[in-house]
Amino acid sequence: MPVTTIAGRDVHVDDEGFLTDPSEWDRELAAALAEAIGIEMTAEHWKIVEFLRADFATEGETATTRRVQAVGGFPVKQQFELFPKKPAKKMAYIAGLPKPRGCV
Amino acid sequence: MRRLVVIGAGTAGTMVVNKLRPKLPADEWSITVVDPAGVHYYQPGFLFLPFGIYSDRQVSKPLAPRLRKGVDLVRAAVDRVDAATRTVHLESGDELAYDYLVIASGTTPRPAETPGLAEALGGKVHEFFTYAGAGALAAELAAFGGGRVVVHVAEMPIKCPVAPLEFVFLADAYFTKRGIRDKVELTYVTPLPGAFTKPISAAYLGDMLTERAIALEPDFVVESVDGDEQVLRSFDEREIGYDLLVTIPVNMGADFVGRSGLGDELNYVPVDKHTLLSKADDRIFAIGDASDAPASKAGSVAHFSVDAFVPNFLAHVAGKAMPEKFDGHANCFIESGHGKALLIDFNYDTEPLPGTYPLPGVGPMRLLRESRLNHWGKLAFRHLYWHMLLPGRRLPVSAHMSMAGKKRPPAPPAKPASDIRIPADF
Ligand SMILES: Cc1cc2nc3c(=O)[nH]c(=O)nc-3n(C[C@H](O)[C@H](O)[C@H](O)COP(=O)(O)OP(=O)(O)OC[C@H]3O[C@@H](n4cnc5c(N)ncnc54)[C@H](O)[C@@H]3O)c2cc1C
Repeated sequence: MPVTTIAGRDVHVDDEGFLTDPSEWDRELAAALAEAIGIEMTAEHWKIVEFLRADFATEGETATTRRVQAVGGFPVKQQFELFPKKPAKKMAYIAGLPKPRGCV
Repeated sequence: MRRLVVIGAGTAGTMVVNKLRPKLPADEWSITVVDPAGVHYYQPGFLFLPFGIYSDRQVSKPLAPRLRKGVDLVRAAVDRVDAATRTVHLESGDELAYDYLVIASGTTPRPAETPGLAEALGGKVHEFFTYAGAGALAAELAAFGGGRVVVHVAEMPIKCPVAPLEFVFLADAYFTKRGIRDKVELTYVTPLPGAFTKPISAAYLGDMLTERAIALEPDFVVESVDGDEQVLRSFDEREIGYDLLVTIPVNMGADFVGRSGLGDELNYVPVDKHTLLSKADDRIFAIGDASDAPASKAGSVAHFSVDAFVPNFLAHVAGKAMPEKFDGHANCFIESGHGKALLIDFNYDTEPLPGTYPLPGVGPMRLLRESRLNHWGKLAFRHLYWHMLLPGRRLPVSAHMSMAGKKRPPAPPAKPASDIRIPADF
């Protein structure tokens, strides 16, 4: 796995830049990841990212947009406003979690 | 007398009761399976019905004769499970008490989850995840003279996650055979980042859509279907027009699971992924599509997991530690059209790899490559399903995924770190 430097720190990423070790994540890193994809973190962004982190810690899976709505209470429409075009991918990227994948 | 109640006599529930009955002495255990359906469907056949490849009789048989002697069938729908009192409440108002419960109620398509979809179904909008839907689509396809055909997945997970891809490959072959392929525009619409999202599958199979002139619309999260205008709309304001929409609606577990407080946001029962024991109650297992285990929702997964479940159940009810760990093993054929198919074999930890199956070097099936034999394997599976799997006979393949015969291709050269920070397709 490649190592790259984000926010002045070495972190492990896959070849699309997704963190491969969720424990290397912190808020400072998240802000830097968000900035890299053109997102400025507001209180609303943080609430969703924190939900994703907490949910991953108990479930071991990145929450889907449906779960972020049903369990986290953030409507899909809002997820699209905050993380335009590809919320599932962008939320996972900023939260330092695996991105959604199919079986092939 | 101890009482085992199984909810659902589909692929998983039928195998569970047929395998457990000989192992649980009749004077110590009763086994009751509850299902309102009179018919057992071979659901993989639903892929072929729209193209006129299978007849109705090949994909459906009466349900009761699939069950072994000594298994009691209750023809009713479950309304609610009360885990605290270990009671299953039926819609009829009757009750069934249990000592152990197995939830095997599967998952079903839910058009009502997508605004506009339920209303649009039947017109120019079809699905093939139900028997009735596959039949209606067959009539529509036979009459179709050309135009925009859109194959669409609403949301993951769905059962048989490769079925929509197979459908679009078979549609390409079908229109070619009818001599109207040049009049048909085929588009594959998915909420995932691509048709193939695992790195090795993507490297091996990534060109399958372009080779067939099938357009791809990735990352499409559907907001609504407009049956009057004949367009699909996404949350990021993309619009896709269609003359025939073949959609895979949102899939959800049975409503009684949600009503009983035993489900997640899609009514799947949270379980330990290696033992399939409910996280909430150590008298309840969930097996097959009904559980939230991060395996593919497939008949092959149900089959392999039952092999691990049986010894685990016997140990668990005897107060012993469960000896087996289900590894998420899945083995799925992917029809690719013109009499060929691919085969993939994978589990929780190992993505689909190239090689041969089940024997190293010999096969005869080839992994992650098209072959005619794979296609015959897929067709032959229907016989195995009715005559071997459901009755609970052993198949000569390992329940755990094996690395024998698989080759992990060398990893592509690592990209320089400076290329990595911003993914190209954000
Ligand atoms: C188009 C299509 C193609 C497929 N192709 C393949 C393939 O090629 N390979 C493969 O491995 N898998 C394939 N599958 C998937 C496979 O059919 C399922 O994964 C498998 O049938 C799951 O078994 P199950 O027992 O969990 O659920 P099911 O077989 O669906 O059974 C669930 C049962 O529960 C019953 N039930 C539901 N609600 C209640 C209730 N409230 N009370 C009592 N009973 C209830 C239902 O009546 C049903 O009988 C395909 C599926 C489809 C739709």
